[in-house]
Amino acid sequence: MSDGVGLAEARARVVAPGNGPSLLLRGVRKAFADVQAVDGLDLEVPRGECFGLLGPNGAGKTTTIEICEGLTAPDEGTVEVLGLHWRTGANELRQRIGIQLQETQFPEKLTVEETLRMFRSFFKHGIPVDESIKTAQLEEKRKSRVGGLSGGQKQRLAMACALVGDPELLFLDEPTTGLDPQARRHLWDLVDELKQAGRTIILTTHYMDEAEQLCDRVAIMDHGKVIALGTPQQLIGTVGGEDIVEFAVSGVDPHAHGIVDAAPLLAIEGVQSHRVDAGLHQLSVSELHRAVPRIFAELKEQGLHLSEFRTHSASLEDVFVQLTGRNLRDE
Amino acid sequence: MNKLELSSLYQLTMARFRLFLREPEAIFWIFIFPILLAMGLGIAFRNRPADVLQVGATTVQLTHALAADKGLTAATMNETEGTHELATGQILLLAIQRADGVAYKYDDTNPDARTARLLADRAIQAAAGRKDAVQAGNELVHETGARYIDFVVPGLLGLNLMGSAMWGLGFAIVEARQKKLLKRLVASPMPKWQYLASFLISRLTMQSIEVAFFLGFAKIAFGVPFRGSLWQLGLLCLMTSLAFSALGLLVSTRAKTMEAVSGLMNLVMLPMWILSGVFFSATRFPAVIQPIVRALPLTAAIEAMRGNMLQGTGLGQMMMQVGLLLAWFVVPFAISLRIFRWR
Repeated sequence: MSDGVGLAEARARVVAPGNGPSLLLRGVRKAFADVQAVDGLDLEVPRGECFGLLGPNGAGKTTTIEICEGLTAPDEGTVEVLGLHWRTGANELRQRIGIQLQETQFPEKLTVEETLRMFRSFFKHGIPVDESIKTAQLEEKRKSRVGGLSGGQKQRLAMACALVGDPELLFLDEPTTGLDPQARRHLWDLVDELKQAGRTIILTTHYMDEAEQLCDRVAIMDHGKVIALGTPQQLIGTVGGEDIVEFAVSGVDPHAHGIVDAAPLLAIEGVQSHRVDAGLHQLSVSELHRAVPRIFAELKEQGLHLSEFRTHSASLEDVFVQLTGRNLRDE
Repeated sequence: MNKLELSSLYQLTMARFRLFLREPEAIFWIFIFPILLAMGLGIAFRNRPADVLQVGATTVQLTHALAADKGLTAATMNETEGTHELATGQILLLAIQRADGVAYKYDDTNPDARTARLLADRAIQAAAGRKDAVQAGNELVHETGARYIDFVVPGLLGLNLMGSAMWGLGFAIVEARQKKLLKRLVASPMPKWQYLASFLISRLTMQSIEVAFFLGFAKIAFGVPFRGSLWQLGLLCLMTSLAFSALGLLVSTRAKTMEAVSGLMNLVMLPMWILSGVFFSATRFPAVIQPIVRALPLTAAIEAMRGNMLQGTGLGQMMMQVGLLLAWFVVPFAISLRIFRWR
């Protein structure tokens, strides 16, 4: 990434005071009316980590991050941010964290620079406005009104607003939702740059590729609980194979009944597990190149005709599917 | 960056000015509207001669007799036409020639019609030969300060201060809430009081310009008197602005949509448009509701401004109005701070 000097300085500033975790949640619960949005959450995020909360819409990610940000009070449990508590250290905490919320609309008739100067003025210490504009790559839009920015530029402005206070800890709530693929990549680069600068980042997303790309560790959330926690590689490892084979069959052979007998498939070396979802069979497989010919042979043996067959590398999506039986974006 | 640019109160206040001035409508409301209002009033009230009342008569002789009075213009018409013109308000009175004398047809609940009745009878009796028992002459007085325009300018000033303070605050706050900007701001270390203070500072500045414009025009175009001290009048405008800003804040503390806040605004302001004596004296309302009428902030503001401008009354003699305005500032502001919804 660009401008190594500024970032190196930033890293020195940010990493220096590090001891103890950036974020510590113990037994956190929060209910809204009859919905248990967060149901007994324990999390610990060390300094300098990029930590992702991954889950479908309604999993409790936003409630969790807003509890961490001190915007929502938990019903139960303790929240420790940078070693401080919201009840006693709110003023200091607000100075030391940076926040990007979902769906904030900045005043349309202020310019990018005016908006950032305003946010900068709230912080006792921070980076110059020019530097935040440069980091967010909004130099060309500096004098433009917010109303005329694209979705990606608005999102980068929100990031810049989160950065002007030179935060030790950065919260990003669904930073790329609603952006086109190019704008998403652009934002990922920005997050990656911040990560390299040594800031602790906590982000929520319902894009598994985003979590895989950006996060050192990921907590997969569902119904207000963490159902899996680890590095993306560890989590993908729990699927049992590096690759996923998906196929569907039609029983054209009159001797068979069009039903797959799973046991012989599982007996194939490298096949770890089997599940069926709406007629689509999924096998998690290691050593794909050896397993696939045997799978073909076995299906032929069973007199089945393949109507679909594909493979992909196992992803966090598969982890979620395996844990919940649902797809991430099923709503 | 210099020191001022690092001050959050300065930045927030500047943002308010920028947002206000970048709305083209704002320019209209602050500069054009008071002038249009004053011009409209000018056309309505400037150099208007004493009222000449329109009347009708059924015979030419009666018409001549009526027209002899300078306060009347008369036209001849038959009774059917006359009744129709009475009903449509084109004449105030119809004098009908009867076998045994003259009959006047008019609406006795209309003050102008009652005046027309007196003038018409006097003219007809004089034409018939009645002599005045006592010789009487007129000495006319047109005192500035006793005209309707003098009465209505303080009323419009109060109305204007109420409208711009309430709309200015209420709409901007609810919009920021709706767009989740308020939530983003409280997620930052911004001191909350400064956000509200920035509204007050920008509003008071803008209102000073509006008030100076409007009163300047009233002074130059109509010679409206300023008998009290100007700084006390300024202080009254300030207190009025603060009271209505606090009320605007209170109205917008919980509302989540523009529709909701518009409805609430109208609910709060409509009674004052009617009851607070903008266009006619609030003392005309029945005695039972007078305590309510007099407790309204707009009534207090307008009474005090009239006292200052027309009678030259000092603030010391209007402690009741001043106290009311201060109470209308402190109480809604305190409640708002407690129940304000930032998200």
